[in-house]
Amino acid sequence: MEIKVLGAGCAKCNQLETLVKQTLQELGKEATVEKVTDFPAIMSFGVMATPALVVDGKVKVSGRLPSAAEVKGFLS
Amino acid sequence: MLEWFADLVVYRWIGLTKGEHLTEALHFFIYDVLKILLLLTVIIYAVSIVRSFFPPERTKKLLSHKREFVGNIAAALLGVVTPFCSCSAVPMFIGFVESGVPLGVTFSFLISSPMVNEVALVLLFGLFGWKIAGIYMATGLTVAVVGGMLIGRAKMEDQVAEYVYQIKMPEVEIASLTWRQRHDYGVQYTRDILKKIWIYVIAAIAIGGLIHGYAPADFLVRYAGPDNLFAVPLAVLIGIPLYSNAAGIIPIVHVLMEKGVAFGTVLAFMMAVTALSLPEMIILKQVLKPKLIGLFVGIMALTITFVGYLFNAIL
Repeated sequence: MEIKVLGAGCAKCNQLETLVKQTLQELGKEATVEKVTDFPAIMSFGVMATPALVVDGKVKVSGRLPSAAEVKGFLS
Repeated sequence: MLEWFADLVVYRWIGLTKGEHLTEALHFFIYDVLKILLLLTVIIYAVSIVRSFFPPERTKKLLSHKREFVGNIAAALLGVVTPFCSCSAVPMFIGFVESGVPLGVTFSFLISSPMVNEVALVLLFGLFGWKIAGIYMATGLTVAVVGGMLIGRAKMEDQVAEYVYQIKMPEVEIASLTWRQRHDYGVQYTRDILKKIWIYVIAAIAIGGLIHGYAPADFLVRYAGPDNLFAVPLAVLIGIPLYSNAAGIIPIVHVLMEKGVAFGTVLAFMMAVTALSLPEMIILKQVLKPKLIGLFVGIMALTITFVGYLFNAIL
């Protein structure tokens, strides 16, 4: 599984990254989590509002911090 | 109900006697804080539910290829309901331009979004009444429409960083949310905003209450009353480098108004602080060349000054 957290560095973006890592640990899953901060790279996913979460190339959520339960759903 | 609670706290729990200066001030304070916090909670939640229907991707679609004027009005209105934080300003800008939203229309959106804000509206309504809140909203939208149109007319498309035009965004599906998700988003958003602004709200009410009772009202009138022609441009100039969100500025606005500064002058100050800020210029520098930033600041300063004079003249 390939996970990308898109965000230029606002508080919510960092929260999402932490949440993703925590959830992975809870699920006992191994995955690479990459933080994407470069605007052209963020936008290549069609995303305009951060934070956003991309799992295996698919945008799962953008413009808001998903709940822990939602993240669990995306990752399992 | 709130009246009853303020009565309970002031007369029963603290045991102050009715009619005294301190008692009245405290009663006013408790009642107002409760009223405004309650109003804020309800309004912010309602707005966030509306916002959940307007993700930026949809706003972009609604605005692409819209013509001047109609496009500017639509952009100004969507600026009020589309959620975005300042770190999304650049991607939003790129996304709009990339999908064919005209530059002037994009600016109408960028101007109205920070300026016309539900928190400012509730505070203005709670502290000064619906008339002033309404005036603020109407003029904010007007400045956004006019400012965006002027920038559109200037034909400055070449003043946007080249890489913006090279970015190609894939079409994404706009995920539709369940009501449960909208509600969660609303609760989270309301909690975040309240956490950030409660201190300003309380400060505004406290300062207002204190000044109401103790400060000489004519102190600033001599310098910034309606008769001083330089007050409005000066207020705008002072406002530009200052940065604050709409909630943070309200305590200051409250003080200025209580001290007799003319309403148009205060309005101009408030608009300059929320819509023109140095940090925002620095963020926009990633996508705009200096000439266009200069034009943006210039046009905004002029239209805001004009609004200030207009209201000093008619109120």
